[in-house]
Amino acid sequence: MSSLLSVQGLEARHGLLPAVRGVSFEVTDGETVALVGANGAGKTTLLRTIAGAHKSAAGQIRFDGDDITRVRAHDRLRRGIALVPEGRRLFPDLTVEENLLVAARPDRKGQWTLDTVLEAFPLLKPLRGRRAATLSGGEQQATAIGRALISNPRLLLLDEVSLGLAPIAVEAVYRSLTTLIEGGTTIVLVEQDLKRATSVASRVICMLEGRLVLEGGSELTREQITEAYFGLRKAPT
Amino acid sequence: MTWTNAVIQGVFLGGFYALLACGLSLMFGLMRIVNLAHGDIAVLGAYLITVVLDHWGVSPFIGFVAVLPIMLALGYLLQRVILERSLRSGVLVPLLTTFGLAIVIQNLLLEKFSPDVRSLGGDAGWITTASWQITNQVSIPAIGALALVVAIATLGGLQLYLSRTPSGRRMRATAQDPDTAELVGIDSRSVYAWGTAIAVGTAALAGMFLAMRSTFDPYAGSTQLIFAFEAVVIGGLGSLWGTLVGGIVLGVSQTIGAQIDPQYSVLAGDLVFLAVLASPRGGIFRARLAS
Repeated sequence: MSSLLSVQGLEARHGLLPAVRGVSFEVTDGETVALVGANGAGKTTLLRTIAGAHKSAAGQIRFDGDDITRVRAHDRLRRGIALVPEGRRLFPDLTVEENLLVAARPDRKGQWTLDTVLEAFPLLKPLRGRRAATLSGGEQQATAIGRALISNPRLLLLDEVSLGLAPIAVEAVYRSLTTLIEGGTTIVLVEQDLKRATSVASRVICMLEGRLVLEGGSELTREQITEAYFGLRKAPT
Repeated sequence: MTWTNAVIQGVFLGGFYALLACGLSLMFGLMRIVNLAHGDIAVLGAYLITVVLDHWGVSPFIGFVAVLPIMLALGYLLQRVILERSLRSGVLVPLLTTFGLAIVIQNLLLEKFSPDVRSLGGDAGWITTASWQITNQVSIPAIGALALVVAIATLGGLQLYLSRTPSGRRMRATAQDPDTAELVGIDSRSVYAWGTAIAVGTAALAGMFLAMRSTFDPYAGSTQLIFAFEAVVIGGLGSLWGTLVGGIVLGVSQTIGAQIDPQYSVLAGDLVFLAVLASPRGGIFRARLAS
């Protein structure tokens, strides 16, 4: 399998405060990677830096062989990187349909169109004319995922998709994720819920205080991940 | 002039103010920029039309068609070269930048065209003097009616563009959240540049009407900016249809003020503006470009 995303020595800051410190990892085509860690570990900043929403301070990001470290966010989406941001960040005064169509890229061919997104998320069908601000959390999350999919991404970055949702909505979101994973979409998933993350991911990356402290596949035990999560495991030197 | 006629004249004057203000409203709705050079850009458009008229002797309407591409390009470059940088430096810097730009435009116009007062009233033909007599005391000025129709068509066209076209949708999304717009593949800088181009184009259109219905000189932009700003605030910041209503309210206030005493014309408009500014609602319409 070829490497779709390669992150080397990546650093990112919030002002003077380092949020991501020398992180390196690779994601291969078709893989699902769960990025786990406690609050403030740097997961969201790492994901936003890969998507181009946050500037990197050092290091390199390569996507499909190209160096995209200095490429702006809108161009990264055109190359095939789509982010479902934490808190959904829908355009509140646009309708569901407009929120989906605004991200559609006619230059990127693929299975996802307005119709196929509405097929994948049937709850959105009767809501397509509703303003996004009036949707429930689950409906907003489905719209946010649909908005990312309609650009036909090669790499889907999902940031805390279950945050603030009712359990029934979380079930629905994860059901749709499973379908995506089975369809071969490459996914990097940030999730606080270790059980859920490990249930869908083929590989786990654990972060602590901006550093990558554990990386592995199915050989990792729940205890190893929990130790790294809570900082009981030392960062590799 | 009767009270009825004062209100009717105010509505038509308001059409001109709405046309003048629509670019200002668009830029505020899209980028939260108050372009203090907007009035001077309108006057620049008027002067460019006089250049075309001086060379080819065509009507101001054809002169405007010739000047429009230049103004659109100027707006695009203004955003890309000047405003884009100042936007990155906080909310106050664009204010200072456009204030400086206003002074630069005024002085360039003074240098090139002298401080002489100009008008396109004579070049526009019958339309500037014609009116339809409804009753003995009520008449409709042709230039006023045309300005109102053009203002409604321009604002309606902009509204249709924003609500019905993919690029209009991208503009509304960028107005709501530029960072997320980038994440969904929208080049927000390009959207801002096209928004400024449209705003400068509409300012040139308003400049043509200013030049046809009255006189202008290199410093005329400052007064026009105040009227445009008042129309935008009265109607509701960033609301396109609110701008039309705001322009009409301002125009009617001024003509009613003038009906009481000609000295009260501008003062009456200013008082209505201050009353709206002080009200908790802060504008007749609350909807923004984003919606």
